Amino acid sequence: MSTSAGHKPGQGKVKKIVIFIICVLLSIISLLPFWLTFVNASRTSAEVQSSLSLIPGGELITNIKAVLNRSDLNIMSGFKNSLILSTAVTACSLLFATATAYGLTVYQFKLRDAAFTFIMAIMMIPQQVSIIGFYKLCSNLGILNSFAAIILPAIAAPPIAFYMRQYMKGALSVSLVEAARIDGCNEFRTFFTISLPIMTPALATQGIFAFITAWNNYFTPSIILTDSKKYTLPIQIAQMKSDTFRTDYGQVYAGLFLAMLPLIIVYILLSKFIVEGVSAGGVKE
Amino acid sequence: MASVANSRLKSVSYAKYGYIFIFPFFIAFFIFQLYPLVLTLYYSLQEYTMGQNLVTFQFETIGPNFIGLENFRNVFLNASEPSGILNAFKNTIIMWGCNFIPQICLSLLCAAWFTDKRLRVPGQGIFKILIFLPNVLTASSIAILFTSLFDKTGIINVFLMSQLGVIDTQYDFLRSTAWTRGLVSFIQTWMWYGNTMISLISGILGINESLFEASEIDGCTSSQTFFKVTIPCIQPIMVYTLITSIIGGLQLYDVPKLLSTDQKGAPGYTVQTVTMYITDKVFGGGTQDYGKAGAAATLLFIATCILSAIVFYILRDEDEVAQKKYIKKQRKLAKQGNKVSGGLQI
Repeated sequence: MSTSAGHKPGQGKVKKIVIFIICVLLSIISLLPFWLTFVNASRTSAEVQSSLSLIPGGELITNIKAVLNRSDLNIMSGFKNSLILSTAVTACSLLFATATAYGLTVYQFKLRDAAFTFIMAIMMIPQQVSIIGFYKLCSNLGILNSFAAIILPAIAAPPIAFYMRQYMKGALSVSLVEAARIDGCNEFRTFFTISLPIMTPALATQGIFAFITAWNNYFTPSIILTDSKKYTLPIQIAQMKSDTFRTDYGQVYAGLFLAMLPLIIVYILLSKFIVEGVSAGGVKE
Repeated sequence: MASVANSRLKSVSYAKYGYIFIFPFFIAFFIFQLYPLVLTLYYSLQEYTMGQNLVTFQFETIGPNFIGLENFRNVFLNASEPSGILNAFKNTIIMWGCNFIPQICLSLLCAAWFTDKRLRVPGQGIFKILIFLPNVLTASSIAILFTSLFDKTGIINVFLMSQLGVIDTQYDFLRSTAWTRGLVSFIQTWMWYGNTMISLISGILGINESLFEASEIDGCTSSQTFFKVTIPCIQPIMVYTLITSIIGGLQLYDVPKLLSTDQKGAPGYTVQTVTMYITDKVFGGGTQDYGKAGAAATLLFIATCILSAIVFYILRDEDEVAQKKYIKKQRKLAKQGNKVSGGLQI
């Protein structure tokens, strides 16, 4: 497209180049911390403490082995715990949020509008507000320091339920459910075999976000889980703040590298879905 | 398609399934979110502490005794207290503000560039993906990374001293209030501007194309189009972004906690946020003060409620409201004995 009247010829081109350079700089800023982590994870502690470099060294494997063999930190068990918890939380929140959306979309009942309004109203209330009450509740129920205290609350995920309901309204036609009913399909089978497949795109998007959010969650697990065997990865990483680690920077960076790598790989593979998912809205923290 | 009369019949026979499908969600909500919330609000009106008695050194529990608004009175009486609630609110707002202003400017700028049809920035797909990248990383990893970089013996000091030679002694960034707060704000901006940018882009792409065409025909420059067409059109999205960002900002926890050297808001409680205050009062070691923590949580809750009400208003389904009005009208007509024609989809 040509530049509009009143512009000097070539001005558009200069502007384009300037903008391109700024975008390149912003991209570098996005990648720089990760690159610094990688570079320093591959250098010895002495090297890390003597100069800043952007060229990786050859000690990556040594540092990773060292950080994995530490007695005061078990990154592998952190991985395992994070994986179990994030998977369970994602599955729970998706299944029950979709069921709620289904109930609110397909059926007509007295409290339907009230229920939906309620979900919208509570969507924004953060867990931080009720954490001390939640801690007391878990202590009374005897589920402190257990995964149940993290997984069970995920059954009620208001933002996901809201998103699913909005999506379902456009994607699932009630006549399809009625047709299934006439064919003798019971309500639950209709939900699982007809509505869930239709919801696949929404489930995929929300699933990615729910998983990443659960994986990155530090707040609740750090308060509920006190047994170091049950620590999730973010808690393990936070432990590297202690002074015993200050003596070996190579290991700190190797630990950070291990923690960041899976997320970066997943992001590279799924970035298209993720960026599109944000555009679809409803996924702000 | 079903007539209103039909859908009435349906509601009689299938309504119970509606309740069955939403039941697990609501029961989990009432147990794990609403009850803890009510309990927290209840604590804010109680004197309720657990800890070692300073005289007898015995572990003792005081309360819960109802003391009315005493906890809140303490909040405002000790307003100048360096570790008080008001201080925590002040810190949170400062760090949020220093994050949000650059964040919205940067994301607006990028969103404008990436949607400008005349500009067509090459490689913008990759730029979008890279700019969004920090948003998926774990906040606690990022905080530990920045602690390692800006530590007294960290890389930045090494670089400034031995490679650039601009300073003679190590500078302790994390003992400076300005630096620590600045780093928290920087990390937040860096992690979130990509997310905001993507929301704004989808908002801009939703604007009617003919508005841009008209402005081009009228000879608008890019910046005129941006300020006179784009900005007014995406105002609702910007308000939404602003408010969700404040709500998110009020919860600020991971980054300031792990960046402060004592994890309680060092230097001198200047990076202690509201959430850090709440958890510190109960889980921070020392006497557990459920009353004070509850009071802080209640204030946070009220602030969140006011902000949510605004988001609620923005997000409310206008079609739904119109449809409901329509149904009511139809029912009224039906009652009056008029025959209702079909075609109402529910």
